[in-house]
Amino acid sequence: MTQKHLVEISGLSKSYGDVVALDDVSISIKENEFFALLGPSGCGKTTLLRVIAGFEEPDSGAVLLGGENLLSLPPHKRPINLMFQSYALFPHMSVERNVAYGLEREKLPKDEIRSRVKEVLATVGLMDKARTRPAQLSGGQRQRVALARAIVKRPQLLLLDEPLSALDRKVRAEMQLELKRLQHEVGITFVVVTHDQEEAMSMADRIAVMSLGRVQQVDTPVGMYQRPANVFVADFIGTSNMFEGVAVAGGVDVTSFGFLPAQDPTPAVTGAAYLMVRPEDVRIVDDGGLLTGTVLETQFFGGASTIAVQVAGHLAPVVLTCQGTANVQRGASVQLSWLADKAVMLAR
Amino acid sequence: MASTVAQGRGADKRRALGARTAFLGPGLLYVTAFMTIPILLVVSYAFLTRGRFGGVEFPVTLENFVRALDPIYLRVLWNSIFIASATTLLALLIGYPTAYAITRLPVRWRTVALVLVVLPFWTNFLIRTYAWIVLLNSQGPVNKTLESLGLIDAPLELLYTRGAVIAGLLYAYLPLMILPVYASIERLDRSLLEAATNLGASKFWSFITVTLPLTLPGTMIGAIFVFVPSLGNFIVPELLGGGKTVMVGNLIRDQFLKARDWPFGAVLALVMVLFLAGLFAVQAIVARRINGRGARA
Repeated sequence: MTQKHLVEISGLSKSYGDVVALDDVSISIKENEFFALLGPSGCGKTTLLRVIAGFEEPDSGAVLLGGENLLSLPPHKRPINLMFQSYALFPHMSVERNVAYGLEREKLPKDEIRSRVKEVLATVGLMDKARTRPAQLSGGQRQRVALARAIVKRPQLLLLDEPLSALDRKVRAEMQLELKRLQHEVGITFVVVTHDQEEAMSMADRIAVMSLGRVQQVDTPVGMYQRPANVFVADFIGTSNMFEGVAVAGGVDVTSFGFLPAQDPTPAVTGAAYLMVRPEDVRIVDDGGLLTGTVLETQFFGGASTIAVQVAGHLAPVVLTCQGTANVQRGASVQLSWLADKAVMLAR
Repeated sequence: MASTVAQGRGADKRRALGARTAFLGPGLLYVTAFMTIPILLVVSYAFLTRGRFGGVEFPVTLENFVRALDPIYLRVLWNSIFIASATTLLALLIGYPTAYAITRLPVRWRTVALVLVVLPFWTNFLIRTYAWIVLLNSQGPVNKTLESLGLIDAPLELLYTRGAVIAGLLYAYLPLMILPVYASIERLDRSLLEAATNLGASKFWSFITVTLPLTLPGTMIGAIFVFVPSLGNFIVPELLGGGKTVMVGNLIRDQFLKARDWPFGAVLALVMVLFLAGLFAVQAIVARRINGRGARA
């Protein structure tokens, strides 16, 4: 049985004068899913978030939440909460008053508000900061308050706008795990907007990659990495080696080296095409390699190494990764190969 | 090695201090010369005896302070506080919505609106106040208009009333309310209002719970900017109050220029300064609390 769709976005368009922010965007988000909207700045992901929250009105299209028309509800009546990129904590209120704010607007009994605030502060580990003002908290703590303030309302959908961008690297890694743990714990559907592909890959169940207001691909992180739908996605997600040529059966006829093998895509790609292969799928072989080149440099990253190989007739060096240290010297001549089913053919 | 670094840092600090003094210097000198010295003079006059032809003489006395507690003077002080408070309240009721409306204009029109707000300052204050005499007198445009509309039979006595004084002060100082309030609403992070909306607050509630408290420090600055010059003003009460409405500003001026009682004038001036210093202190405390620095909720 397929999971029920909680959010159905269809044909959403929005432009500001000549600038198209959303161009016929359609996405379905499942219940209890951790969904990421990924793309470079200006791709329309934040506009999409703001349309769902009700801060922007689309020119056309529909958004359904649990089958009901969301766009007809005023923003303060939508069962959706948003965690702002800047957190937008009220500076004149203590942590507990910030968290209680949304519940007070629901006119819940005081006892219930108190117990729910306490509970959610325990969930995010800020019990001892209840009476502190936001100005006296660290960045990570502020982020927890913003999260607590959003989830205490028990929304059907939680939107997070670049939730980790204001944190330093180490705290960010911790919060990535924490967000995922929380999402399981509270059982709310999360939609995260991010420009950081690693963040999206590590947290999300599914990702929608956007560019120029259009959805480029919606897939799981693994699916998107292994089978990017187009050159933009292949380039945006992870590192890739691209070879330009013409599609033929079982590979791409690359102008400078002739035939290179790749998996036949469905639907078939014809005419001008790229062959894309990930660094970890490229291997150094003793003989019978597809390409021959000279080692340009090697970089050691602890667990793995990256080797850049200059191949005659190809502008960018071919990059490959291997476990442990690289067993080749700079300037050495090497042969490179990959399995046909690891290379992807993309229309140009 | 370490000591050279420390020395280098010391020199840096000295240089920074030097640069700061160079920038602060002129302003500091000006304020010291023309603010601190007169206040010190006023303080010392307050404890001295009145000279026969003005000026001050020994011995030192506290009599001037006792005299300030005379009901006649307390009534003048109270009257002044009432007029200044009424002016401030009206300025707040008119100025806040005006400032709020200006922040909601498109950027280009905001500038136009702000220029219009300060436009009256381009004309001399006395001339503008005289214009009010023309407006309010029994044959003036206000009475004429009301008569021609049939709203009144005989001209109203508008001029030389407390109302006229308040109207004149309000007119003079309203921009001083609008500008700081505008600045504080403009500075308000709009994502805070969106957060309030997202958490379920209606427009009205997000105004009450977010906009109003966060613009309170700016509003208090505006209130002080209106209250302080209103309280000390002696031109408007004289021109529009017809000398009937004595405010503390008139009283102080008269002590120095007419009654030649400098020590008593100094006492009254000192009372005003302390009163206003107290207002600024309250504003500073409120601003600190609202922004959550120092104080706990």
